[in-house]
Amino acid sequence: MKQEERVIYDPVTDTPINYRREDADAHPPLDFEPYKSSALRHPKQPLIYLPQTITEITGPQLGPASVAAGDNDLTRQHQGDPIGERITVSGRVFDSEGKPLRDTLVEIWQANGAGRYRHRWDRWPAPLDPNFSGAGRCLTDSDGRYRFTTIKPAPYPWGNHHNAWRPAHIHFSLLGRAFAQRLVTQMYFPGDPLLEFDPIFKSVRDPDARERMIGSFSIHATEPNFSLAYEWDIYLRGPGQTPFEEAF
Amino acid sequence: MFGTTPSQTVGPYFAIGLPWADGSYAVDPDAPGAIRIGGIVLDRRGDPVPDALIETWGADPDGRFADLHDHGGPSEIAGFRGFARCGYEDGDGSWEIVTLKPGSVPGPDGQEQAPHLAVSVFARGLLGRCITRIYFADEQEANDSDPVLLHVPPERRSTLIAELSGDGSYRFDIRLQGADETVFFAV
Repeated sequence: MKQEERVIYDPVTDTPINYRREDADAHPPLDFEPYKSSALRHPKQPLIYLPQTITEITGPQLGPASVAAGDNDLTRQHQGDPIGERITVSGRVFDSEGKPLRDTLVEIWQANGAGRYRHRWDRWPAPLDPNFSGAGRCLTDSDGRYRFTTIKPAPYPWGNHHNAWRPAHIHFSLLGRAFAQRLVTQMYFPGDPLLEFDPIFKSVRDPDARERMIGSFSIHATEPNFSLAYEWDIYLRGPGQTPFEEAF
Repeated sequence: MFGTTPSQTVGPYFAIGLPWADGSYAVDPDAPGAIRIGGIVLDRRGDPVPDALIETWGADPDGRFADLHDHGGPSEIAGFRGFARCGYEDGDGSWEIVTLKPGSVPGPDGQEQAPHLAVSVFARGLLGRCITRIYFADEQEANDSDPVLLHVPPERRSTLIAELSGDGSYRFDIRLQGADETVFFAV
């Protein structure tokens, strides 16, 4: 990326006054039959166009108080080491113009190294790990960078259809800088043979957009004798094209 | 231009990561003027959606947001976060948040918007978030001239209006699909 594109917003004077409207296939459709639990839950009425007002272009800015030291290391939340493949997952949060988003909250949650979530409703009989809770958070730094140390989650079966397995994934939640930028998504791992069978991954119709949910293995980011590493950049909506406030 | 990262479902197990101890409090529940807003999330059959996550974002009573950015604010009310999040590991479909009743804020073309909260709904089964708004039944005059509500078909406006209960709390049910489906917005 060219250096001049890496401009960081001044948090007071350079906040976008609207956000780019996204293409219909940028995100999965809410009505997606192969994902069975969408059937009774997706809205059927057409969405109503909402101009982006001050409510939508502002958003929670929680700041350092929302994160404690060590919240981004999921391997040190208990007395012992969790079982599994220790990895770091790091990357940067940008808007669609390539500008880094600093001080934005990134939250993750995931299954453990055996594919089991520490959640009362997860009945998959893989072992729970007493040393792994599976949740972390951090704020991006001044370059928009986030970083987690964790255990590589394993795939697990689910009840969507016969022999359904979720590919290994880490759930990500991003607040962005505005209500309009809020994103909840999942990061997948490169080369996972389950991706092509997963209706949630494949609910994104555009193959290029799908690829943007897959992290990349990085030998450079590995820590010798400690962890393997994956890198994954996240792109949230950027400013709209017109400098004028939207109207109906 | 870079393509954006697509949305994926929050899934059934978000409660291990997303709820915060004080998450559902946009303001201290003992703060003067704090109000409770809640209801139930329902699917097409009218069954509760136990694994839904609700987030709200709104202005303070002066119409100012708890935002560092220079959008008419920031709120001068100490401890007002403006943002609340409610989701449970053992959910039964109900949700409740605490905030201050928002004031009016500017709208398109210089119009005033009636007091409202922006709402994100996430759930297992939703591949992306659903966006709606909460308006207040005791603001009928402001609601009658709200530019967003006026853009909603009249027969569906009531799905966006929280009813005031006898105990001073507001009731706002969210129907994801079916009869009286809540109005959802494209932002």
